Amino acid sequence: MATATTPAPRKSLWQKHAFFERNSIWLIIGILLVISVGGLVEIVPLFYLKSTIEKVSGVRPWTPLELAGRNIYVREGCYNCHSQMIRPLRDEVERYGHYSLAAESMYDRPFQWGSKRTGPDLARVGGKYSDEWQRQHLADPRSVVPGSIMPGYPFLAESRLEAADIGQDMKVNALYGVPYTEEMIAAAAADLRTQATTDAADAEALQQRYPGAQIRDFDGNLAFVSEADALIAYLQALGTMVDFKLYDDKANIR
Amino acid sequence: MADMHRQNIDAVTGVSTTGHEWDGIRELNNPLPRWWLWTFYACIAWAVLYWVLFPAWPLVTGYTYGLLGWKSREAIQADLAQLRAQRAVFADKLAAASLPEIEQNPELLAFARAQGRAAFGDNCAPCHGAGAAGTKGYPNLNDDDWLWGGTLDQIHATIQHGARSADPDAHAGDMPAFGRDGMLPRPDIVAAADYVRHIAGLAPAPGADLAKGGEVFDANCAACHGAEGKGNSELGAPNLADPIWLYGSDRATIIQTISNGRAGLMPAWKGRLDDGTLKALTVYVHTLGGGL
Amino acid sequence: MRQSATGGAPDPVGVPRQISKSLTFGEGGLVASLVLLAFASLTVASGAETAAYAFHAWLTVLASLAAVFVIISHHVERPAALPAREVDGRPNYNFGPVKFATVAAMFWGIAGFLVGVIIAFQLAFPALNFDLPWTAFGRLRPLHTSAVIFAFGGNVLIGTSFYVVQRTCHARLAGYLAPWFVVLGYNFFILIAGTGYLLGITQGKEYAEPEWYADLWLTVVWVTYLLVFLGTIWRRREPHIYVANWFYLAFIVTIAVLHLGNNASVPVSIYSPKSYIVWSGVQDAMVQWWYGHNAVGFFLTAGFLAIMYYFIPKRAERPVYSYRLSIVHFWALIFIYIWAGPHHLHYTALPDWAQTLGMTFSIILWMPSWGGMINGLMTLSGAWDKLRTDPVLRMLVVSVAFYGMSTFEGPLMSVKAVNSLSHYTDWTIGHVHSGALGWVAYISFGAIYCLVPWLWNKRELYSLKLVNWHFWISTLGIVFYISAMWVAGILQGLMWRAYTSLGFLEYSFIETVEAMHPFYVIRAIGGVLFLIGALIMAFNLWMTVRSPSAEPAVSLARNPAFLPAE
Ligand code: HEC
Ligand code: HEC
Ligand code: HEC
Ligand code: HEM
Ligand code: HEM
Ligand SMILES: [Ca+2]
Ligand SMILES: [Ca+2]
Ligand SMILES: [Cu+2]
Repeated sequence: MATATTPAPRKSLWQKHAFFERNSIWLIIGILLVISVGGLVEIVPLFYLKSTIEKVSGVRPWTPLELAGRNIYVREGCYNCHSQMIRPLRDEVERYGHYSLAAESMYDRPFQWGSKRTGPDLARVGGKYSDEWQRQHLADPRSVVPGSIMPGYPFLAESRLEAADIGQDMKVNALYGVPYTEEMIAAAAADLRTQATTDAADAEALQQRYPGAQIRDFDGNLAFVSEADALIAYLQALGTMVDFKLYDDKANIR
Repeated sequence: MADMHRQNIDAVTGVSTTGHEWDGIRELNNPLPRWWLWTFYACIAWAVLYWVLFPAWPLVTGYTYGLLGWKSREAIQADLAQLRAQRAVFADKLAAASLPEIEQNPELLAFARAQGRAAFGDNCAPCHGAGAAGTKGYPNLNDDDWLWGGTLDQIHATIQHGARSADPDAHAGDMPAFGRDGMLPRPDIVAAADYVRHIAGLAPAPGADLAKGGEVFDANCAACHGAEGKGNSELGAPNLADPIWLYGSDRATIIQTISNGRAGLMPAWKGRLDDGTLKALTVYVHTLGGGL
Repeated sequence: MRQSATGGAPDPVGVPRQISKSLTFGEGGLVASLVLLAFASLTVASGAETAAYAFHAWLTVLASLAAVFVIISHHVERPAALPAREVDGRPNYNFGPVKFATVAAMFWGIAGFLVGVIIAFQLAFPALNFDLPWTAFGRLRPLHTSAVIFAFGGNVLIGTSFYVVQRTCHARLAGYLAPWFVVLGYNFFILIAGTGYLLGITQGKEYAEPEWYADLWLTVVWVTYLLVFLGTIWRRREPHIYVANWFYLAFIVTIAVLHLGNNASVPVSIYSPKSYIVWSGVQDAMVQWWYGHNAVGFFLTAGFLAIMYYFIPKRAERPVYSYRLSIVHFWALIFIYIWAGPHHLHYTALPDWAQTLGMTFSIILWMPSWGGMINGLMTLSGAWDKLRTDPVLRMLVVSVAFYGMSTFEGPLMSVKAVNSLSHYTDWTIGHVHSGALGWVAYISFGAIYCLVPWLWNKRELYSLKLVNWHFWISTLGIVFYISAMWVAGILQGLMWRAYTSLGFLEYSFIETVEAMHPFYVIRAIGGVLFLIGALIMAFNLWMTVRSPSAEPAVSLARNPAFLPAE
């Protein structure tokens, strides 16, 4: 191909390209073929290779309240500053905890791994702080962390959570194979309220449906279920599902 | 210019053109630059080599592992092991030593403080502040005043299990909500607040009924805070007779404290942080300035 | 639509004949579809679950009814015959939609840069978030990225592609209303997307934030775009398709594929703006960055390379350097780009094998990218002296240099060892903006500076001196921006992984946040400079449009001449 002489390219080969230059449809077909390969090779195996998602116990779908909170997380664009993906690098593992597993986000739609860490990683922030701290921090980050550059979200605690039809959301997720049962979907709205209440009667049923779910008034205001209730419930659940004391690293080297 | 495309040679460079013209634009028939092509080949060759050595191509049931057998999840374990090995000299001693022994050994102390400082910045500072001076609701860890006791063992216990956290061994017991729960009428609460300010040596509000306040205090508060209000670290009840306040000393805040109660939550760190780090944090906090 | 007559009489015969007018298939079909859309939106508006969604539905009702009104009244007024394809043997170019897209590009560009400046200041001074939902960084950042990429960049791409394809095919744009549908429909999409972000409607996928209904609308617009573009190519006089049009085609086709793949979602109900994406977790991540990286590759690269392939040879009045390089780098670029997505997911829970493919293909991508740079720069051989006198050409050429720089930096950052440091940091932001400001924005500015006098039939820009000012002020801005971000990013990356001699992390996260402050301030100042440059440009263009028109002799059909600066 690397003919050095200027005027005479190897005509036969280069002139073949005229085929694409003269036929717009073939040009398009050529483009389509060429751009399909990479995507197919990289994406399709992720669906069939068993090693892609680790075998772990503990990962359950989000509770209705957590799901609603997650939607607020997405709505407010927290992912623009926070990652939820701890890389297997020693400084990250030391700062944030065990590296993130693919299994931990297998029910996440959309995934929220993020691409920028203006704020710290949140993959394991669940249980790290108190609800009270989360509430203060969301309302006015600089009141607790003076050097913070995070925006304040005081309106979350004042806004009533609009999620009466969260069951509908779960139905769509169930369509994709997220293990939400009929029972869970039917109980969705009630479960949502229950989880944001202290000593609710049906707390146990909720626990059974969503093992390990934390049930309490998250925003320190029993008067109503606020958006802060939902968001804090989500934050407090992040990274808490897999028990890494029991998790076998060796089994999932991939 | 319009007729130039007929002659298939570019006058400026002497290179032939392809003979086509679009809106006055023509194309020279220059060959591919050599250096460009060879660099391209070199990049491809490098990639092929990389595929041979590292995990690369997906197959039907697995993927090509690569001759080096490298895996990111093995690499991190090796990296962490190396880090542990680097620290082992001191870390092993730290694990074996008791808390007071660590403090008495300058080398171990320096090591523990270094480890504690690192863990403190990312885990504790968001509540207790970068300098551990605390803010409203989050105690200052620099002073000699301890809600749950300032001995090494007490601090260690607090850090491991937290206060009012989900940990079964956490410190428990709230400051009751005397007003909200209807245990005391409003005038009694106000009187008690005035009395608290009095024993703390603060100027009483005009018209404060200290006698009544004292009665209320003895009947309701002394059980936890002690007869003289000196507090009780068994119960996490703060000393009210000193100038150090967790929530604030102004009258309104104290009235609010008594009316609605308080129950600050300190998370449990056992499980989240490893045992060595917890020990180091204990020593770090203990040597911040306060401590018994 | 009024402009469709530009450059020629509306009727080939010249005299409007009194034949009975009938609705064209396009007019009738569009009116019917828009009426249907209005009814559908009305239904949605009445049952919408959120006020924001109802607002969008009402907006759609209004817009479609307004469009119906315009189509019908235009039909009534227009001559019976549609604009001719040719007048006096010369193509009767349709530049109306191009003009609209050019003006829209300037408008959105300035809006997008302004929002960029705002969010840059927010990171330096967080009080500027004002504690309100619609002013918080998390909502404004996607507004910025979409405004600059899709609104500014998209209008530049649609506008220039409609211009270039007509000129290089020597044919009038296909379709009567279709080109207008593309341009207006696309800008309506932008409006829905942008207001949606402010109101909290987002899919939460970077660069693909618009929700399902906006995505559907965009799909319709985009398919029409492809058809108009292809239809024009089918009318071409020159049997060979020009290289710029290969790139435009690759851009249009691939973006369609990416858009469909990454937005495959099911709405909770048609009364809800919320949808859930079909893919989840690790697969969603891979699909997202297959999309995201190739939005860079095909929107921000292939499309703008097409612009380069027309405007640089045109402005420099030199032939393209190497036809053979065009062929090789075109096919290599589009083949290899697709593979590089996983470099956004290094060291994540994406399996190692996929990361390797992403990294190695990114390295292989280096030369195909530089093929475009070489073809752009070497086209100036024999005309380098023009850089001294023509600041517009200088802008075009500097953009290619920036393109070369960011496509060198990109492969470098794709190496896992480098990415382990750069990922999540401001280094990425520096890289993005060396590509975005230096390449994308500069080539757009250059193209628009060329286009405006051509479109509005002026001899030259109002002031080349102002172009020069624009060039230097914004170049200074870019230098401030990217050098601040490089230092910030590398510092951040090093601080995160810094260990003390005893083997413990040296800095807490918040210390690294505080260390960024001075660089965030410098970056924001750089952004202000860039914005000032764009405002100067807008003024210059405005004055150009208002200046008296050129003599008919210097008409559009000819290669536009231009004056030297001095
Ligand atoms: C402008 C960027 C920005 C945005 C947007 C942002 N944050 Fe933050 N966030 C930060 C920074 C910087 C910190 C570290 C300082 C601090 O703790 O405030 C932080 C810290 C946090 C922390 C504490 C993490 C830890 O481990 O210390 C949580 C939790 C958090 N953010 C949640 C959120 C949520 C939820 C949202 C969206 C509603 C959000 N953030 C939006 C920048 C941001
Ligand atoms: C969510 C916020 C929060 C975080 C994070 C936190 N603490 Fe605390 N901490 C508290 C609160 C609140 C108290 C007081 C509890 C009370 O009121 O009884 C406390 C109390 C303490 C005490 C007891 C003080 C006394 O006077 O007895 C110690 C010691 C302590 N924390 C150390 C730490 C260390 C070490 C860390 C990090 C590993 C840490 N804290 C992280 C909130 C926090
Ligand atoms: C059951 C035990 C108990 C009783 C009874 C009790 N307290 Fe307390 N009190 C506490 C505890 C525990 C705290 C600390 C709460 C925390 O750390 O969040 C506290 C905190 C306080 C504080 C806040 C101190 C500061 O530093 O801000 C005040 C003031 C106070 N109590 C006053 C009273 C008064 C007055 C009464 C009686 C009317 C009373 N307490 C009865 C346990 C008790
Ligand atoms: C006045 C000029 C501009 C300023 C001040 C500016 C500022 C910013 C800021 C502050 C961010 C957020 C960075 C962060 O999260 O840390 C950002 C992100 C971004 N900007 Fe700009 N910007 C400008 C112009 C542009 C242009 C012209 C483009 C594209 C053509 C662009 C594309 C982007 C993209 C793609 C991102 C997201 C980067 C990422 O997620 O990694 N910007 N910009
Ligand atoms: C050979 C060409 C290129 C390669 C290999 C490349 C590679 C990369 C890499 C490795 C990242 C960082 C990913 C991460 O760590 O998160 C990145 C980010 C980015 N690049 Fe490039 N780059 C190239 C060219 C360009 C060009 C020309 C632009 C034009 C504007 C561009 C725009 C972006 C954007 C917008 C991001 C940020 C994505 C995000 O995280 O939101 N890149 N690129
Ligand atoms: Ca990003
Ligand atoms: Ca509540
Ligand atoms: Cu990329």
